[in-house]
Amino acid sequence: MSTHNLEQHKSVYLKVLLALFVFTVVTVAASYFDFGSMAIAIIVGLTIAFIKGFLVAGNFMHLLDEVKPIYWLLMLTIVFFLVLFFMPMLWEMNLVTVK
Amino acid sequence: MIEIPYNVKPREETGLYNAKLGIWLFLASEIMLFGGLFSAYILLRVGSPVWPPSGETHLNIPLATLNTFNLILSSWTIVKSWVALKENDIKGFKMFMGITLLCSILFLIIKYFEYTAKFHHGIFPSTDNFFGIYFTLTGLHGLHVIGGLIVNYYLWGPGIKMWDTEPERFTNRIEVAGLYWHFVDLVWIFLFPTLYLL
Amino acid sequence: MMIMRWQLAYPDTPVPIIGALLSEDKLLSPDMYNAFGAMHGTIMIFLGVVPILVGAFGNYVVPLQVGAPDMAFPKLNMASYWAYFVGGVIMFASFFIEGGPAASGWTMYPPLSVIAENGETVWLLAMVFIISSSLLGSMNIIVTIVQLRPEGLTWMRLPFFVWAQLVTSFLLVLAFPPLEAAAVLQLMDRIADTSFFMPSGLIVGGEQVDVAGGGSPLLWQHLFWFLAHPEVYVLILPGMGIVAEVVANNTRKPLWGYKALVYSVVFLGFMSFIVWAHHMFLTGMGQAMSAFFQTTTMIISIPSVIILSALLISLWGGSIRFNTPMLFALGWMPMFGIGGLTGLPLGLAPTDIPLHDTYYVIGHFHYVVAPGSLFAIFAGIYYWFPKITGKKMNEMLGKIHFFFSFIFMNGVFMPMFIQGLAGVSRRLADGGASYAHAQDVLQWNEVMSYSAWFLGLAQIPFIINFIMTIIQKRKTEAVRNPWKATTIEWNAAPSPPIAHGNFDRELTVYRGPCEYSVPGADKDYSPQTEK
Repeated sequence: MSTHNLEQHKSVYLKVLLALFVFTVVTVAASYFDFGSMAIAIIVGLTIAFIKGFLVAGNFMHLLDEVKPIYWLLMLTIVFFLVLFFMPMLWEMNLVTVK
Repeated sequence: MIEIPYNVKPREETGLYNAKLGIWLFLASEIMLFGGLFSAYILLRVGSPVWPPSGETHLNIPLATLNTFNLILSSWTIVKSWVALKENDIKGFKMFMGITLLCSILFLIIKYFEYTAKFHHGIFPSTDNFFGIYFTLTGLHGLHVIGGLIVNYYLWGPGIKMWDTEPERFTNRIEVAGLYWHFVDLVWIFLFPTLYLL
Repeated sequence: MMIMRWQLAYPDTPVPIIGALLSEDKLLSPDMYNAFGAMHGTIMIFLGVVPILVGAFGNYVVPLQVGAPDMAFPKLNMASYWAYFVGGVIMFASFFIEGGPAASGWTMYPPLSVIAENGETVWLLAMVFIISSSLLGSMNIIVTIVQLRPEGLTWMRLPFFVWAQLVTSFLLVLAFPPLEAAAVLQLMDRIADTSFFMPSGLIVGGEQVDVAGGGSPLLWQHLFWFLAHPEVYVLILPGMGIVAEVVANNTRKPLWGYKALVYSVVFLGFMSFIVWAHHMFLTGMGQAMSAFFQTTTMIISIPSVIILSALLISLWGGSIRFNTPMLFALGWMPMFGIGGLTGLPLGLAPTDIPLHDTYYVIGHFHYVVAPGSLFAIFAGIYYWFPKITGKKMNEMLGKIHFFFSFIFMNGVFMPMFIQGLAGVSRRLADGGASYAHAQDVLQWNEVMSYSAWFLGLAQIPFIINFIMTIIQKRKTEAVRNPWKATTIEWNAAPSPPIAHGNFDRELTVYRGPCEYSVPGADKDYSPQTEK
């Protein structure tokens, strides 16, 4: 993190803060909206959460201009996180059925 | 005292100073920790014929929304405190970190009211699996908030002495503490919609 | 374990010598047998092998081999030790509380573990400390290896031991937290009466259990085995690293296939995260899941075989020195081979069905962990003892220790395959005596028990050797490099290393880790730090 782009970063931080506030309002409002199906509601909710998360991780945590080793570490972690996350669910959907 | 290389100045090959790699490794392990709990949540929800099992979440969305704004604000103030140090503004650091601490305390106070309101209505973790996972997830998150509060308080109070002797190392410490704090905010950003809204 | 072997050999007879400490009638009750079984597994893995391989060898040798003055975070290191200590004290304390220690296997499957005695809660609390200790320690090791290498020590010049520790540490950082999550959930189930793992309508002792229900016992198994499978690689990888160091040193030639070893160990680490459900073949999984996990399990055997083969082939054409560390490294190879090969039928679902939860499994995993990890640990102790103390351990006692350990290890664990194939289940307090299908193979119990007791006696030469050598005054100047090894710890640091800073000279690395018998060199070993 060099100081020469500190000025650049400073203006971004405030914009990110405001964006996060806006998205929080959006996500709460969306929860009161009837999307018709639970699946769509979940997708909308999680998408907004991911956008907010990306803003925090990318800007506040400086991930957008981080070095490669950190990216590799996080990619690896995310892969295993996805395995852990989805495997039990996939398991349940593939159970042996008794005839 | 022996000098451990790359404690303050980054190693050229990796572009990192030691503590930064260390904290990202720790955060990777935390992703897996909360991942395990979220995975449990998914399995329990998918496996349950009715969700929430009691029909209603009884959760206070306005209060939790306030807490969401609260944590996001504290994420911003902790980054501002780090920027202040980079600009040699120790007073700015004290102010922004102080606000971060106040936000953390407010978060815990709101959580306290949320929990006691539930207990008052006879709702406990044992009531059903929704409340079980709700109390466990928010409880573990709350413990992480307390941990961050303790560290941030140390850096704001007794630990600030390091600014006079090793300013660059102190600034790095704030960056590392900030990374942890942002992670705590990140977890809440996902917890909030998952438990309260969906 | 010795007491358990008494019960297995001579069921329901009073235990000699220490029987009076166990109970009034000197018998080992089935409840106590179960408790001993669960705690034996827990203590050996979490308080024994991992702390020795990662905490002791990792923290001591890695900075030396990597040319670092200390671990990257010395205070964190101390924290990691004390967390382990506290966890260990709590774990041992569980033996003395009312109701006894945890008794539902080291695997702690619910619902049994949720409704069992208080010892289980103590187990879970102790595990929180132990897991934290592992996390802090492994983060430290990774940062030390990545950041603190001196000039010239590139990745492909690292000793294989360091690569093994690096992969092991990644396994610990990423795989332990889901178990910590699961431990928190089980603690909630036990203390707060939640039902994360408790199914609806569970009836125990004729009565319905009073919980909300709706939970899944399988959830625990997923979270547990997600850690526990990588955990077994944690138990063996540093050992492979030690064997590699000792083999290269005592054949006076470079390791065969260094690159293959490195790529294999990294691939192995990655694969270890996606095989865990091979411990769950009998839970009623569907075909797709079963096919997936069988495939990944078969694939993961490939890097293991490559590593074992590379170490074996490294012997070819070498000037082999049969000192004690080398004997243990040589003994390690067929033992790990047997352990690995016997894992194959367990990794394939159709053959796993009759073998699951039988003595076959116990034989398989003990071959990899007992003569596997333990022989590697002994090799490491005999090898690095002179670095730590400046004195070599006694060779005669070492050889006695090795020969009798080797013989009796096989005596204890080989018959287990016979019993397992006959269908004798594990965790039976009478060793199968009350089952018709076990009657033909029961006589092996006595053989295994005597072997176990003699195996215990065979450790006495080692203990005497260890203590004696530490106590005795050094007769000559401490030799810096008695094994004439190439790696940094033997050349750039005195024996023992300097208390703060390790090394007594500037460090630049010019060579790979095992440049022995380089053509044209004046010695049969070319140290990494010499041009």
